[in-house]
Amino acid sequence: MKYLAFAAGVLSASAVVAETPELTVYTYDSFVSDWGPGPAVEAAFEEVCGCDLKFVGAGDGAALLARIRLEGARSEADVVLGLDTNLTAAAAETGLFAPHSVSAEYDLPIDWTDDTFVPFDWGYFAFVHNADLAAPANFKSLGESDLSIVIQDPRSSTPGLGLLMWVKAAYGDEAPAIWEGLADNVVTVTKGWSEAYGLFLEGEADMVLSYTTSPAYHLIAEEDASKTAAAFEEGHYMQIEVAGKLASTDQPELADQFLQFMVSDAFQSIIPTTNWMYPAVTPESGLPEGFETLITPETALLVPAAEAPALREEALAEWLGALSQ
Amino acid sequence: MAGRAQPVSPGAGLVAAALVAAIILGAVAAVFWRADTGAGLGPADWAAIRFTVFQAILSATFSVLLAIPVARAFARRRFQGRGVLVTILGAPFILPVIVAVFGLLAVFGRNGWLSIVLGWVGLPPVQIYGLHGVVLAHVFFNLPLATRLILQGWGDVPAEQFRLAAQLGFSASHTRRVIEWPMLARTVPGVWAVIFAICITSFAVALTLGGGPRATTVELAIYQAFWLEFDLGRAALLSVIQIILAGVAAAIALKLTPFEGLGAGLDRTVMRWDASALSLRFWDAGLIALAALFLLLPMAAIVLSGFGALADLPAQVWRAAGVSIIVALASTAILLALAVPLSWSIAQAKGAGMEIAGILGLAASPLVIGTGFFVILNPFVNPQDLALVVTALVNALMALPFALRILVPGAREVARGHGRLAVSLDMSGWPYLRHIFLPRMRARIGFAAGLTAALSMGDLGVVVLFADPQLATLPLQMYRLMAAYQMEAAAGAGLLLLSLSLFLFWAFDAGGRRGAAA
Amino acid sequence: MLQLDRVTIVNGGFRLAADLSITPGRRVAVMGPSGAGKSTLVNGIAGFHDVPQGRVLWQGEEITALPPGKRPVAMLFQDGNLFPHLTIRQNAGLGLRPDLKLNDGDWAQVDQALTRVGLADLGARRPAELSGGQQSRAAWARVLVQAKPILILDEPFSALGPALKVEMLDLVAELTAESGATVLMVTHDPEDAARLADEIVLVADGTAHPPEDAQAMLADPPPALKAYLGEG
Repeated sequence: MKYLAFAAGVLSASAVVAETPELTVYTYDSFVSDWGPGPAVEAAFEEVCGCDLKFVGAGDGAALLARIRLEGARSEADVVLGLDTNLTAAAAETGLFAPHSVSAEYDLPIDWTDDTFVPFDWGYFAFVHNADLAAPANFKSLGESDLSIVIQDPRSSTPGLGLLMWVKAAYGDEAPAIWEGLADNVVTVTKGWSEAYGLFLEGEADMVLSYTTSPAYHLIAEEDASKTAAAFEEGHYMQIEVAGKLASTDQPELADQFLQFMVSDAFQSIIPTTNWMYPAVTPESGLPEGFETLITPETALLVPAAEAPALREEALAEWLGALSQ
Repeated sequence: MAGRAQPVSPGAGLVAAALVAAIILGAVAAVFWRADTGAGLGPADWAAIRFTVFQAILSATFSVLLAIPVARAFARRRFQGRGVLVTILGAPFILPVIVAVFGLLAVFGRNGWLSIVLGWVGLPPVQIYGLHGVVLAHVFFNLPLATRLILQGWGDVPAEQFRLAAQLGFSASHTRRVIEWPMLARTVPGVWAVIFAICITSFAVALTLGGGPRATTVELAIYQAFWLEFDLGRAALLSVIQIILAGVAAAIALKLTPFEGLGAGLDRTVMRWDASALSLRFWDAGLIALAALFLLLPMAAIVLSGFGALADLPAQVWRAAGVSIIVALASTAILLALAVPLSWSIAQAKGAGMEIAGILGLAASPLVIGTGFFVILNPFVNPQDLALVVTALVNALMALPFALRILVPGAREVARGHGRLAVSLDMSGWPYLRHIFLPRMRARIGFAAGLTAALSMGDLGVVVLFADPQLATLPLQMYRLMAAYQMEAAAGAGLLLLSLSLFLFWAFDAGGRRGAAA
Repeated sequence: MLQLDRVTIVNGGFRLAADLSITPGRRVAVMGPSGAGKSTLVNGIAGFHDVPQGRVLWQGEEITALPPGKRPVAMLFQDGNLFPHLTIRQNAGLGLRPDLKLNDGDWAQVDQALTRVGLADLGARRPAELSGGQQSRAAWARVLVQAKPILILDEPFSALGPALKVEMLDLVAELTAESGATVLMVTHDPEDAARLADEIVLVADGTAHPPEDAQAMLADPPPALKAYLGEG
């Protein structure tokens, strides 16, 4: 009965007219979950904005963009948080986003000049493995080894797409040969990150495609130093997660305020131990203890957002060709 | 003519069938309507269609081939706990996919129990990933269903036939030729087609265990079109192909096995004189033991891996469990509102049109249905407000084909057995439903309700577009735990999910049987 | 001689005691109140119910533990005497060989039996295409082919009309006179007994009583039978 009453309460809550202005932020599901940054961010922003911040979770980054495209200018969203650089070109093309007014000193390995989207965190893709494994130092030796890896499908998952772009950015026209080398190492391909990481923890593979920051979770949250990420000589592909203001917003000032808040210490200090990514602007207090143990790639790889869609199509065809044999 | 001879008009069922068809086809149409680009299918899509059909054929064939001897063993043996075993062996069918996959991997994975045992005798670990892994998982899911349906076929053979066979001194092989083969020839094609239809829409299983993009199914191609390329036209087109594939299989199934169902006679065992030889007893006992091992070991793995985390599950998981139970109960209510009228209408009808409408829910891609609902509802309401309603509705539609398989044969019996008497007593409408139809159908309705509630508990539904963060269902909460690296808590949530699914099934099923008019 | 030597027949929770013998070639009606155990008795003899105590003997040989098909018994049931998906000819042929691997001589024998029961032209039909009386005759053809020395009929004609029933009873009399088979027929109709039976076994109060002369018993029924027949 309690749950029924609870459900009814929540369902009818949206019908109540809010006195305070409301800012609606669409984001991906794990951001808004109780274990993600969502709850802490909401509390911190509501302290300063005199508003009601409402997070709406919708699948992952790509599902988020799909939802915005479906809703079009009718969307209730004021801000979309959680697209990455693979999606920003397509997102900008929809014409649904408005330029931002945020200025910040980003701690990104690259220069950030986009005037539509504001970065809030970033990370490097990497293969995570148990510390006692002699890990290869590049894709070629991984392909020659008999190590097993689990990866995600680029057609349904952000890290999977990231790996595709990583190999393409590092090897260009040689990418198909790299994938052919990797084909017999790939144990299986999963729908999303969670399944793949779960398989790895169950011992189904020696390595899993994840982030350089993944070992930080085990170290900080579980005091387990047994996981580490393999540093690759080619460099590591970056994922930069961004937010943008919708042109159709009825709260443009509040949206700008949120985006500015997003690159402030209050928001950024929440990110490392909830989203397990690097903050876009390192907070004054620095990174949490444990992050210094993570590998720091020599080279940061990133395909410019504008070139991403065309390159993605080519890389996907190569990937399918190499792994379908 | 049927309407005159029967005490309830088939009108309500026709309305329900039309409603189901409108909801599903309307959703697909809405996606088409919203599509900008009209790109056709590429070679990769055709490859996905071929693989989908191929793996579904293999999965259905192996499920049925293995189910026949197991069902026969159950049909001709009576032992303590047989009924309980038959029920528990049905559990994989209602398991959430992700829970089941991890259970299977704990047994058959590279680091699984079987590989460990093989390691003791110096053999390499099992290679589970690949087409055979997909088939293994589908057999795990569908062997229980196939066994139950085929066992039903044995149950439908009149006891007199086995008595007559004994009279004539039939051996086991004579019984096979004269009684069992003809029964199987009637039953098996339908069972095969139902499982084929289920395997057509498989996605996560095929992907996780498939070992790579070779194992691309139509559902994954839909995902790609929607997620990666936002090509709604192609997503809808692929969805239509999926509906046609599964629909054709379902139509064949219904044509081949018009009177066969899931419900009655499961507990009835016929004394069998042809199978009393000691060797046959050992054979049957061995088969039952093997099937039980195959189906129960992965479930044991789920229990073992989740048990430790069960005690200190986060509060959100319990709340999600509450939400899921509400959704499951709502799904069950919607299902009964659709399936019960449908069942009495189908029982009076000659054609299979209404029952095919019932199959649509199984055949349609949840992603496309969800998108369609979103396109339709978004201009009028905030989809998030309807998250639970839509999830409950979609889960009910998915369970509808199974519910009809359970209810329709019973409704036919009631119509045949009591229809004319009721008409002659001038009994019709509600009094007839209340005093005759519903009491006679009680056991089957309980079974159908239990199956729906359990399936609904485990289904992720259409939450991608309709997710409401405050009202996450248990499967979604389990995914969230995994996304937050909390694999142990996720395993605990998986065990909770398994337990609640089984409990709901048991509660409805037992409730239906208690006090059921025999 | 068919001997039930101090046997107890178990049918679920019901137990029936019998200590009697029946002379070969006799036609015996099994009578008694509803639920007294008439069917239990004949099913025990046919091997469908367990006999935990006592011995069942035929011509001095013990058959207590033999499976139904190995006993010297052919049986006509109330219903379910024919497989609906097989033809009449195949159904009758099953009486000869359960695997239906019949040679020309066997088939000739089947056809002869069909002719004998008046179904010579209907062998290719399935049971559903026949009338009730024709179905009974088809089952008879099967029993004839089985050629067992004991024939048990468990109310086989109760669904037939009066004229048809008389016709079938006469057929039983005629056919068993030819073969010399021993007949045990469960019936609740004294006219059936009068028409066909030499002797009557009375089943009442959990006991099957030894057979007694039919005419005498019907003329002067013992109390249990009298109560059942309802005569004043």
